[in-house]
Amino acid sequence: MEAHSSEVFVIGLTVFFLACIIGYYVVWSVTPALHSPLMGVTNAISSVIIVGAILAAGPQGFDTSKIFGLIGVVLASVNIFGGFLVTYRMLSMFKKKTKKTKEKE
Amino acid sequence: MVAILYLISALLFIFALRGLSHPESSRMGNIFGVIGMIIAVFTTLMFKSVLSYYEIGAAILIGGAIGSFIALRIEMTALPQLVAAFHSLVGLAAVFVAAAAFYDPVAFSIGKVGSIKTASLVEMSIGTFIGAITFSGSVLAFGKLQGTISGKPIVFKFQHLINALIFILIIFLIVLFVINQSPTIFWTIVIVSILLGFLVVIPIGGADMPVVVSMLNSYSGWAACGIGFTLSNNLLIITGALVGASGAILSYIMSKGMNRSIINVVLGGFGGEQDTSASKDNSDKIVKQGNAEDAAYIMKNADSVIIVPGYGMAVAQAQHALREMGDILKKEGIEVRYAIHPVAGRMPGHMNVLLAEANVPYEEVLELDEINHDFPMTEVSFVIGANDVTNPAAKTDESSPIFGMPILDVEKSQSVLFVKRSMATGYSGVDNELFYRDNTTMLFGDAKKMCEDIVKSLSA
Repeated sequence: MEAHSSEVFVIGLTVFFLACIIGYYVVWSVTPALHSPLMGVTNAISSVIIVGAILAAGPQGFDTSKIFGLIGVVLASVNIFGGFLVTYRMLSMFKKKTKKTKEKE
Repeated sequence: MVAILYLISALLFIFALRGLSHPESSRMGNIFGVIGMIIAVFTTLMFKSVLSYYEIGAAILIGGAIGSFIALRIEMTALPQLVAAFHSLVGLAAVFVAAAAFYDPVAFSIGKVGSIKTASLVEMSIGTFIGAITFSGSVLAFGKLQGTISGKPIVFKFQHLINALIFILIIFLIVLFVINQSPTIFWTIVIVSILLGFLVVIPIGGADMPVVVSMLNSYSGWAACGIGFTLSNNLLIITGALVGASGAILSYIMSKGMNRSIINVVLGGFGGEQDTSASKDNSDKIVKQGNAEDAAYIMKNADSVIIVPGYGMAVAQAQHALREMGDILKKEGIEVRYAIHPVAGRMPGHMNVLLAEANVPYEEVLELDEINHDFPMTEVSFVIGANDVTNPAAKTDESSPIFGMPILDVEKSQSVLFVKRSMATGYSGVDNELFYRDNTTMLFGDAKKMCEDIVKSLSA
């Protein structure tokens, strides 16, 4: 589990650059009409830092770190739920328009 | 096992973005994103060190309830503000996670209090720095978009010099922090970064907001990346990089839509109160004014109409009335299409969402390069709430601040109808010579009211 720390960093860096390249190509393939939903989705998924917040909030008992963690969980949850839902709302407007427009929103 | 589950989650996030390449696949993409997030959260909850399920569950419920409430109630015209507000939360969450890691390094296995690994300290402070800037910059952007703070750029002397000095100060603080691991210095970094975030966004004006919002989107990704490096968590690194790349590309597209470099936008001050000496005196020129009946008459006798919406349409909430107008015209056998400039509105794709909200089929909504060559074959251009993006000065007048910006060639259509509240200039402060052309008719009034009146005249 405990690898040499510089090795861990290089692995992280490798992952980072590869992910940037994937991001570059994937984002250019997004149609301009959906740039607003794109921001909604990226907003929601960037809140994956909730993972870090959960780790901090994980231990039993109460200390500074745990309180910070719990605040982080609340903030990230606002974003996750808010981001995905608002994207859902936007995308459901981009449905093919048929005669019957029966939409929730 | 954990690594595999995180990998699946990261792949699902990539598919989520990939789905947005087409409206039909986009909803599935969003679902992939949700599944990816659920996997990520539950995987983390399975960690041995994570025991306080009740507290975490409660925190998720509270946050989730707030987020859902806001997301379901928000008006689509207010999307840019909402996105800015959400960005600020990501930034703040990043700061809190970094702080938590600093106070309890054991929980993240990055060392002990007072002797945290150097690499982790660097990554942690960079994550904090970017997170704090994202937070305050987004709060200010929110204020400007919401109208609580004036959208006018605020410029003062030595602005960029001060920002540069603060940036150097932060680097210095980070070095100090890595050496002595002092909580005081940690919080000083947070506060100074927050200050810098405000200062960076303050000189940027209202219509440059699409770039700012995309940039902050990018920052929120890099902040997540910084935290990912601190925790040696690939999922965070991948997701952060995806979001960072996405925001950076959007910023690039937006600045290109204004023919300006990102640097130029970031330095700000554009469209402020500076004297636009280039504006020639147009007071003696004649403006042809019309009313709703004239507009209805002109459009009814056309074969094709292109509608050019801008921020003014969003402000007036005119999209529904506009679509109704379009529907009547289509019933008359007239070809109706919509032309969207890349920087129309206050965030990327803003106009598309508003038109979609009003049930305009997305096939009728076209981007600048898809529709621009059709203007010469079009009889009527109906410009509603847009101005600078149609100004031919961008092509002809080298002294104009908007020179070189790609514009929608509405002037090439046989006649142009301009719905505007007044003769006021657009955001750039440049007069639009189109207003004075023979084939232009100005329709003064509120965009929504005007559309409703045209609908009445058309159905009469």
